[in-house]
Amino acid sequence: MKEDKCDICRGVCQADAIDFRQTPKKRDINVGAVILAVGIEPFDPKTKDEYGYGRMENVVTSMDYERLLSSTGPFAGEVLRLSDKKHPKKIAWIQCVGSRRLTEGENSYCSGVCCTYTQKQVILTKGHDADVDCTIFHNDIRAFGKDFERYFQRAEELPGTRFIRSYVAIDRELPESKNVVIKYATNDAGVKEEEFDLVVLSVGLNPPENFRELADKFGIDLNHHGFSRAIHSNPIATNQPGIFVSGAFQGPTDIPESVFTASGAGAQCGELLDYRRGKLANERVYPEERDVSFEEPRIGVFVCHCGANISSVVNVPATVEYALTLPNVVYAQEQLFSCATNSAQQITDLAKEKGLNRIVIAACSPRTLEPLFRDTLREAGLNQYYCDMANIREHCSWVHTKQKEDATRKAKDIVRMSVARTRYLEPLQEFDLPVNPRALVVGGGIAGMTTALSIAEQGHEVELIEKNNDLGGMARRLHTTIEGMEVQPFLKETIRKVYANPLIHVSHNAKITDVSGFLGNFSATVATEGRVKKIEYGAAVLAIGADEYQPSEYLYGENDKVFTHLEIGEEIAAGNEAVTRADSLVMIQCVGCRNEERNYCSRVCCSHAVKNALKLKANKPEMEIYILFRDMRTYGLREDYYRDAAEMGVKFIRFEMDDQPQVEAVKAGGKDILRVSVPDLILGKRLELDADIVSLAAAVVPAAATAEIAGMFKVALSPDEFFKEAHVKLKPVEFAADGVYLCGTAHYPKHIQETINQAYGAAGRVLTLLSQDTVTASGSICEVHEDDCVSCGACITACSYDAIEFKQTDKGRKAWVNPVLCKGDGLCNAKCPTNAIVLKHFTDAELLSQIDAA
Amino acid sequence: MENEVLPVDKIQQLCQGGSGVSDFGDVLVVGGGVSGIQASLDLATAGFKVYLVETGPSIGGNMAKLDKTFPTNDCSM
Repeated sequence: MKEDKCDICRGVCQADAIDFRQTPKKRDINVGAVILAVGIEPFDPKTKDEYGYGRMENVVTSMDYERLLSSTGPFAGEVLRLSDKKHPKKIAWIQCVGSRRLTEGENSYCSGVCCTYTQKQVILTKGHDADVDCTIFHNDIRAFGKDFERYFQRAEELPGTRFIRSYVAIDRELPESKNVVIKYATNDAGVKEEEFDLVVLSVGLNPPENFRELADKFGIDLNHHGFSRAIHSNPIATNQPGIFVSGAFQGPTDIPESVFTASGAGAQCGELLDYRRGKLANERVYPEERDVSFEEPRIGVFVCHCGANISSVVNVPATVEYALTLPNVVYAQEQLFSCATNSAQQITDLAKEKGLNRIVIAACSPRTLEPLFRDTLREAGLNQYYCDMANIREHCSWVHTKQKEDATRKAKDIVRMSVARTRYLEPLQEFDLPVNPRALVVGGGIAGMTTALSIAEQGHEVELIEKNNDLGGMARRLHTTIEGMEVQPFLKETIRKVYANPLIHVSHNAKITDVSGFLGNFSATVATEGRVKKIEYGAAVLAIGADEYQPSEYLYGENDKVFTHLEIGEEIAAGNEAVTRADSLVMIQCVGCRNEERNYCSRVCCSHAVKNALKLKANKPEMEIYILFRDMRTYGLREDYYRDAAEMGVKFIRFEMDDQPQVEAVKAGGKDILRVSVPDLILGKRLELDADIVSLAAAVVPAAATAEIAGMFKVALSPDEFFKEAHVKLKPVEFAADGVYLCGTAHYPKHIQETINQAYGAAGRVLTLLSQDTVTASGSICEVHEDDCVSCGACITACSYDAIEFKQTDKGRKAWVNPVLCKGDGLCNAKCPTNAIVLKHFTDAELLSQIDAA
Repeated sequence: MENEVLPVDKIQQLCQGGSGVSDFGDVLVVGGGVSGIQASLDLATAGFKVYLVETGPSIGGNMAKLDKTFPTNDCSM
């Protein structure tokens, strides 16, 4: 021991990352804006003795369980019990731990993510070991997000999985087996006891531990839960100008919301600081590219351990040694993580030192990290297309975990093939395209207007396209939010700001008839008020909203006492006494969705019902209000309003899909009423409710024009026919098609505040494109050898990007590839009868040498 | 609002000022989880200098502790 330090860690760290000489340094930094993205703290069940956590070895939290499932976890991806390191065969999950509870130390709100992450853990557990018996003790199943309903069904349908709706108590740990006994109650069987090998507590999300200190330091207001006190019209903003909040500090939330509120906070910083954009940032400068095309290939091979992901299966040193025997390989070595900054630096340095002119990275799929390694080559002064990735993780170590020797042999094969291809790689040039700084926003509702305003506030012109005569969209029919925001004044103010902004040009009664072009340089034809406008733009945001389902159920359209929730909201705002003075009102949830035809949850209707119920009760406390529901999905902080409604005497009655309520018009006591019958699952009999008014939670359905607009912009739709984002978690506001973004209910039903968040998010992402003068087009695109082209047009038909056309040349009519439209998918190559069209970076010479080496 | 931010000429002066510049940024992002990382990346791409501060020894936050993400079961890392 030297100076109280044992120094062991420094010795074992292969990356040399530990430096005892470092001391904390204090720095003063001057900035123009602050984003608080402080996240959440998982609820700590140790604070409640009854959960047994910390007391019983086989009670773990869901966060612990994530680590157990993970290949980088404590048991390298094996799910083992702490007590005896055995595989648990019977696992229970307990939902709402720390959430939806009024007990001291727990949270009254719903954490919003636990239902679905538990289903994920069940699916993954079954993937690890299909024989594990999985039991989930839950309250409502809150599958309110996009594709969550199907995901729940997928988990529920797995054999050996039980979803049991019951409160539970962790009763005791059995001294010998260390198994855990749980007590629970069901409607049919009463109180039961059951033994489990492992219990997972689905813990909720707390605000960050130091939230009070944070709030004091930054002078921002919090709500009573400890999250940022949202400003209704802009949840990203705080009471302090220039200080913004993104992610779960707004309230418990899932990853996509954390991502798009981050982009949204970025947009709002941009609005504030646009005048100094680019003034402090440094442009990256690469060394000049060395022309190596006349040199003999000198290939360097770097074999990555990927921590233990590769090296626990593949013999990495043996693979390195093997690589050195391959033709043209002049250098090879192993790396712990090739993607780490120090490893990239090492590759750059070695390339210079050893005179390498081509690099093979034997690591993972090129999907994620190829751009990084290409960048590494540029740093080394090499053309970035002299890089190849040999995928020995996804294609090898991950799929052959149990056959280590064969896996090593396969890794060598993959490396040999990659080296063979690399010999033939050619340097390719990428080229810069100018970006049109103007944006097109389709849809003039809250989503479209918010995005348009934020883009315009950052100095860009916006063309806003609205299909109707007036701006406002669906929000024109909404009057309050559950949190108490007055929608109409906000909407009026937003519309005023749009018209007052000189950079925003609105087209009314407009219809887009044609879209063409490519990233940064699009063109749309718009028919508006008797004329046709051609709009050139660099990026588009599709914010076309959604429609309300027109029910065919429950006498809707036949009886004037049957409304939708949206209509009831309007009647309440208009003061229609037939509604506001009614003696009895029944709401029926999930009308037109969560069924076979529309297998999704419309997300907003539960809160919508509670909001209307609270309004009606405030007006006339003695009104009898019943809400017939399947699962109450007042997720997040909306849970508090659900509780308020129950406390004010609103009666909640649960029904199941196979026995739905029935509504008939009858005469009782001399007046026309609606008789609603519904099975009572607790009492086990049918209830009959006499109602003056029935209100239906009509589904939110995709806007009528969704498919047509998706076709024009070449963007995809989800199974439920809403717009499909590029990546559900990490690219929630962009489409797979470059330069096209989305927000609002066209993506999926959502509340106004969520729409506002997402709209700012889309603006933020648009600015990452429009603030550039140029975009770079890939060098790996198709090219026609004119001499071989027979003008058959097969390639033109095969191309889904309209990138190929005929062009008159000296040699006659020949196919020509527009390099900015070509996406490099190579479909045309396969169709060409004379091999006249080739995809650069995937030439026959490159691919055949790779195949021949197999 | 206007007088709370630094005047343009002051910033330009600082930009040219050599070593002192390192303490000037456009935006401070507090928290290196998925939200803080996304905000920092977006801002840097859009031409702003960002300081990202994180209490832990590495960035990634809670998402980095997850095995997979729902509803696609994509790898969280």
